[in-house]
Amino acid sequence: MNRPGSLRGDRITRTLLLVPLMVFAVIPLLSMFTAALAPQGSNPPGLSWPAHPHWGNFAAAWTAANLSELFGSSVLLVLGVVPAAVAMATAAGYGLAQLRVPGGTFIYGLLLAGLTIPYEALITPLYYDIKSLGLLGSRLAVVLPLAGLLMPFGVFWMRAHFASAEIALTEAGQLDGGTTWQIFRRIHLPLARPAISALTILFFLATWNQYLLPLVLIDNPAKRTVAGGLGAFQGQYGTNTALLCAGSLLIIAPSLVIFLVLQRSFVKALLHGAIR
Amino acid sequence: MSRLHAATSTKTALRAPVSAADPVPGGPVPARGTLAGRPRARRARPRQWTALLWVAPALLCYAAFVLYPLGQSIQYSFYYWDGIGTATPAGLANWQAIFTQPELLSALVHAVELIVFYTLIPVGAGLAAATLIRELKPGPFSTVSRTILFIPQVLPLVAAGVAWTWMYSSGGLVNQILRATGLGGITRAWLGDFTFALPAVGVIGVWVMLGFCTVLLLSGIGKIDPALYEAASLDGAGRLRQFRAVTLPGLRRELVVCTTFTIVAALASFDIIQVSTQGGPGYQTIVPGVEIYRLTFLDQRIGQASALGIFLTIVVLLVIWPIQRLGRTD
Repeated sequence: MNRPGSLRGDRITRTLLLVPLMVFAVIPLLSMFTAALAPQGSNPPGLSWPAHPHWGNFAAAWTAANLSELFGSSVLLVLGVVPAAVAMATAAGYGLAQLRVPGGTFIYGLLLAGLTIPYEALITPLYYDIKSLGLLGSRLAVVLPLAGLLMPFGVFWMRAHFASAEIALTEAGQLDGGTTWQIFRRIHLPLARPAISALTILFFLATWNQYLLPLVLIDNPAKRTVAGGLGAFQGQYGTNTALLCAGSLLIIAPSLVIFLVLQRSFVKALLHGAIR
Repeated sequence: MSRLHAATSTKTALRAPVSAADPVPGGPVPARGTLAGRPRARRARPRQWTALLWVAPALLCYAAFVLYPLGQSIQYSFYYWDGIGTATPAGLANWQAIFTQPELLSALVHAVELIVFYTLIPVGAGLAAATLIRELKPGPFSTVSRTILFIPQVLPLVAAGVAWTWMYSSGGLVNQILRATGLGGITRAWLGDFTFALPAVGVIGVWVMLGFCTVLLLSGIGKIDPALYEAASLDGAGRLRQFRAVTLPGLRRELVVCTTFTIVAALASFDIIQVSTQGGPGYQTIVPGVEIYRLTFLDQRIGQASALGIFLTIVVLLVIWPIQRLGRTD
C-alpha cells in the first residue's frame, strides 16, 4: 500500500493523522487564551474570539496571583536544587562508572531501587521529618528532599554516560601522572557536557513543575514553585474564569517559552531520557 | 516527577546486560600480589576508598531524604498515630483496611482504571499513528509537529488540571462542541458527574501522554531498517504480519519505555486529580496519591497513609518488573 513511490499518499496520511493530534494538544490552551480575554466575572464561551479583548486581565492576574514573587521563588528553588543535584549526580555517576568504589554495585542497586518509589509514599514521613528539623515553610524544606529524590535518576543517567566513556582515556591520564580529579576535570567532564546539559533540562522541568512537595512542605503559596502557586491561585479565583485563565497562562508562559526556544534539546533530552 | 522515574527504570532493565559485564566491586579485594600478572588492571583500577568521596554526597542525600523516610513509612504503617500524640501499635490493621475499607480499595481500583487512559489509549493510538506514518522525514512539518505534540508533556501537570477543569465546566469547550453538534442533551459539568468524572479525568491523562508516546514511537519506527519491511513483503507478508513480525519487535524498547512511564504516572497520579476533582464527587475519582494526602493532612491517620504509600510502592514494583523483563529478553 504505502510503497516508497506513493510520496503524496504518505504526505496525506501523516497530515490526516498528525494534524488532529496537534489540534488536540493545543486546544485546551487556546480555549484558555480566548477565555482569558473575556470580561472578568462573565461566562465566556469555550472557544471564540471576544469582540472586545480585555488584555488588561493579564495585568490584573499578574497582581492577583502575586506573580513577581512566585517567579522569583521558583527561580530560587531551581537554583537551590538543580546545580547541586546535577553536581552530586555527576560525581556519583563518575565514581560508579570509572573508579572502583568499594561496594559500588550495592550502592548503585540501592539508588536504582529508588526509581520506582512514588513521591506520595514518602510525603507523610517527610512532612514530619522536615517539621522536626524546624524547616517547615522554608525553601530548604523542598530543596533538600527534592535533591534526594532526584538522585536515583541523576546517578543512573550520569553513570550510563561515564560507563560508555573510554576507559583508555582514564588510563592515558593516569600514565601521564594525573590525579583522579585532574583526569575527571580535564578529560571526562568536557566530554560529558551533552549528558550534563540534558540532565540539567530534565531536573529543571522536575523542579519547576513540582507540585506535591511545595504544596505540603511550604504553607505560604508565594514561596512555592510556580506549579504550587497555580494550585493555590485556582482555589482562590476558581469562579473568575477570565482571571483564572489569564493567570494560568502567565504561569505556564515561562515553561512554554523556554521549551519553544530550546525545543530541540528538550525533545532530545526527554526522548533520550526514555531511551538511550 | 514520576515521569523521570518511569523513564529511567526502563533503561535500567535495558542496560542490565551491560552492567552485568562490569567488574564486581562488591567482590573480595584481591591482595596486591595476586595482581602481579595484570599490571594494567592494577594500574588502571585499584580499589580506592577515596573513590567513596565521589559517591558520598549523592548517597547521603538519597539516604536521608528517600531511604530513611521509606523506613519510617514502613514503621508507621504498623501503628495508629495522629501525628501529635503517642503512637499505639496497630498490628496489621492498617494493611487489612486497604482491602476492606471501600474508600481505600476504590482508590486502588481507580488507579488501575486510569491505566486504560494513561497507557492503553496513548500507546495504542501512538502505535497506530506511527505504523501508518512509518517515516517522518526531517523537515519543518516534522519539527513543528514534534514540538506541538510535546507541549502537554512539558507543562506542569497542575496546568493540565486547570486547563481541563475549564474545558469540562458547564460553559466550557467540551459542552460547547456537544451543543454545536446537536448533542446538547448530554452536556453536563463533567467533573462533577458521578458516572463520567473518572473517564473525564482519564482524558486529561490521555492529553498529557498521547503526544509523548506518539513522538517516541515515531522516532523508534523511523530507526527500523526499511529493508526488513521489504524482505517481509517479498516473503508475502501482509500489513498485519509485517506489523507483528517487524514493527512490534523493532519498537520493543520504545514500547517498554512508554508503558512503564505511563503506568507509573497512572498508578502514582496526584497533581491532575488534586487540582481538578480532589477525588470527588464523593469518592468517584479518589486515587492512592490523593487518598494518602487526605489521610495525612485532613484525617491525621498517619499509619493508614503510610500503609497505603508502601502498598502503592509495592504495586508499582510488581507491575513494572514484568514489563522490564520483557524489554530485557534479547
